[in-house]
Amino acid sequence: MKITLHIWRQDSPQAKGVFKRYQLDNVSTHMSFLEMLDVLNEKLVSQKEEPVVFEHDCREGICGCCGLMINGQAHGPDHETTACQLHMRKFKEGDHIWIEPWRAGAFPVLRDLMVDRTALDRIMQAGGFVSVNTGNAPEANANAISKRNADDSFDAATCIGCGACVASCKNASAMLFVSAKVSQFALLPQGQPERNARVENMIAQMDKEGFGGCTNTNECEAACPAGISVDNIARLNREFIAATLSSKD
Amino acid sequence: MTVLQSKVPDGPIADKWTQHKNNLKLVSPNNKRKYNVIVVGTGLAGAAAAASLGEMGYNVKAFCYQDSARRAHSIAAQGGINAAKNYPNDGDSVWRLFYDTVKGGDFRSREANVYRLAEVSNNIIDQCVAQGVPFAREYGGLLANRTFGGAQVSRTFYARGQTGQQLLLGAYSALMRQVNKGKVKVFPRREMLDLVNVDGVARGIITRNMVTGELEKHAADAVLVCTGGYGNVYFLSTNAMGCNVTAAWRCHKRGAFFANPCFTQIHPTCIPVSGDYQSKLTLMSESLRNDGRVWVPKNKDDKRSPDQIPDEDRDYYLERRYPAFGNMVPRDVASRAAKERCDAEFGVGETGMAVYLDFKRAIQEQGREAIEAKYGNLFHMYQKITDENPYKSPMRIYPAVHYTMGGLWVDYNLESTVPGLFVLGEANFSDHGANRLGASALMQGLADGYFVAPYTVGNHLAKTKPGEIGTDHDAFNSVEQEVKSRIDKLLSIQGNRSVDSFHRELGQIMWDKCGMARNAQGLGEAIEEIKSLRWSYWEDVNVTGKGDQLNQELEKAGRVADFLEYGELMCRDALKREESCGGHFREEHQTAENEAKRDDDHFCHVSAWEYHGDDKEPTRHQEELVFDNVELTTRSYK
Repeated sequence: MKITLHIWRQDSPQAKGVFKRYQLDNVSTHMSFLEMLDVLNEKLVSQKEEPVVFEHDCREGICGCCGLMINGQAHGPDHETTACQLHMRKFKEGDHIWIEPWRAGAFPVLRDLMVDRTALDRIMQAGGFVSVNTGNAPEANANAISKRNADDSFDAATCIGCGACVASCKNASAMLFVSAKVSQFALLPQGQPERNARVENMIAQMDKEGFGGCTNTNECEAACPAGISVDNIARLNREFIAATLSSKD
Repeated sequence: MTVLQSKVPDGPIADKWTQHKNNLKLVSPNNKRKYNVIVVGTGLAGAAAAASLGEMGYNVKAFCYQDSARRAHSIAAQGGINAAKNYPNDGDSVWRLFYDTVKGGDFRSREANVYRLAEVSNNIIDQCVAQGVPFAREYGGLLANRTFGGAQVSRTFYARGQTGQQLLLGAYSALMRQVNKGKVKVFPRREMLDLVNVDGVARGIITRNMVTGELEKHAADAVLVCTGGYGNVYFLSTNAMGCNVTAAWRCHKRGAFFANPCFTQIHPTCIPVSGDYQSKLTLMSESLRNDGRVWVPKNKDDKRSPDQIPDEDRDYYLERRYPAFGNMVPRDVASRAAKERCDAEFGVGETGMAVYLDFKRAIQEQGREAIEAKYGNLFHMYQKITDENPYKSPMRIYPAVHYTMGGLWVDYNLESTVPGLFVLGEANFSDHGANRLGASALMQGLADGYFVAPYTVGNHLAKTKPGEIGTDHDAFNSVEQEVKSRIDKLLSIQGNRSVDSFHRELGQIMWDKCGMARNAQGLGEAIEEIKSLRWSYWEDVNVTGKGDQLNQELEKAGRVADFLEYGELMCRDALKREESCGGHFREEHQTAENEAKRDDDHFCHVSAWEYHGDDKEPTRHQEELVFDNVELTTRSYK
């Protein structure tokens, strides 16, 4: 099929970006979205033009590298699907497809469609861990964990850290990301000793990075390729209030 | 006489590691903070090692090419991680895990290393649970297990089909904690482009900042390379797009021997190739073979849709050929069996290069819900890619390059032939012999990172004066200059072919002639073809853009240049190994039933290649493998 692409091109973080238009004539419906971009890039290289920079690695939907706004939707039109797992069969002959990088103050554009998401790492550094040194662990089955809590914790833990929640939120809030990690640990006995400090520190770092607040529009949940539920945000709020109330400072 | 000293300690195998740890030198707590350690790669091995060394008090610099340490390709591992906990009470033990792994590796791994791996496997599970890794649990709240290929016990711990992700996030969180404490500094979007040795000892690395294009010099008292495998030499593999051999290959060219480069694992259950634009192959976890049955039609002209073909017209060829293990035979055996059926024209699908993996009986017996709970995300992924519903019609699968057992040669301390250079995880060769069993890559990465390197690296540091060599040493400048001229050369060619087109061509040569089946003639041809492809690469490649900016074409160009050298070494190794073992199948060496025929009299050794220069033949060294504890038998899964 034939498609027309409008792709955000920006040479460097400082440079001004523009949409550029590209035409592709032989797009197979079996291609993944990123393979379609590979084909475009191969064509650009053959014309001695610079290919479009985009982030990608595993192409299996798990590493969280790829992140594209496709026609205004984070990761494109397919529900619970990363851009790399999106296939061209979701588009049709003659379509115009607009491709942009994640847009958020905390995610500066590095080049074209690639952004800097290290703010998410810094939130993790603030408290997204259980403080246990290698070699200190008790026997794995020493603590029984109810299957329900284990399953809920797992559901939260599947966050791939892609940043689609931030990109899709009108406030560029990272609440879904933070709530996923806070929930994973709040539901497990291992997470209890640092439960209060964790939520306080992660929220403080989130604010410091310039992410916005949550106004419950739930766009993040709709965009999340890992299906992280906004129930986690409710839990995050509860955890935060409880931590603030019990805080000694 | 060999130059290779494995440094395996004496004594009974069960006591070796304990005894060895007692003999290793220690660095006192006050002195640890004076030492700098470089860790390249932040997958399971790298993240675990960097976090553990930071916890101990060393100053660690961790490097990765991704934008975050959390994205290393360990994250894509699906099935699980083995440990000898024996929770199911089915007779498992450290000894059995050790034995299965040695046997699974077709007796081409180092016995003492494998025993240590099995020994620390239980600590890994304890450690990960303590970190909050959400493993699957039973209703009673205790940990669940499942079965994997090559074993007759259930010893695999798992987190749905995302075990690698959860284990990596555990290691990553430990790493982030050390960053917060100031003990580890992470350098994301950095690619290691060379190793710097001073007087033959590893003293640092040269990296390229992938955002600015700047070359950077980093000095340390020890360098740990944890950069994964070389599967992408085939272009199409289950590896992430960025996985590459560059770090390991650069170390090789600086003196580290490369061991068993021809040992490559072709995983039996992957989604088949569908078009020439295809960029990578997707694995469907081996765990699926617990409930899925592999078959092709009995009649090669049977063009009915699979659900219309009754049981009596199906050939469940694994169950037929290997009644004892059935669908759970090890990967190399399952892959070759699929190839055999497809080569005999029984293959299915548009290209005929696929077999069915069928869940019909499992769904009938256990219900769709139970199957969904176990494999939901895998079924979902399959449907996304193929647009077919595996709950209704069987999956179509075909083998694909997945894992590489070969790697830089290391001794029992995981130290390479370059003192001070340690190699962990998939990047080394030590534990899996000629074939890796399922759920043991995660085990090895974490064993090396959490429980082996923290001891053995300390032993090296205790003998080293801290901070003796800095980046102002001449060696750093001269290596940096070499790296720079190589980049300049790539950018200056301005030829007519894209980097990818060369990579695809190399991949095709490797797949055809150094893939699932190899023979002397094909390997000889491949060596010549790769040489000439490499020659035209340096004449005709077109690398767009500049060096002092974010340039993905340049990144790929450097990696492909190294693959073009590395592929030749793989073929040389495959040619010299005149036997079939594990994933290395030489057509000249097979039994009457087309099974691999090992030659223990002549090849019960590790091959380790020494580099002498681009225009010189490499030397093949041998480390003889001694099996004091297991009897070398013909591997049978019948």
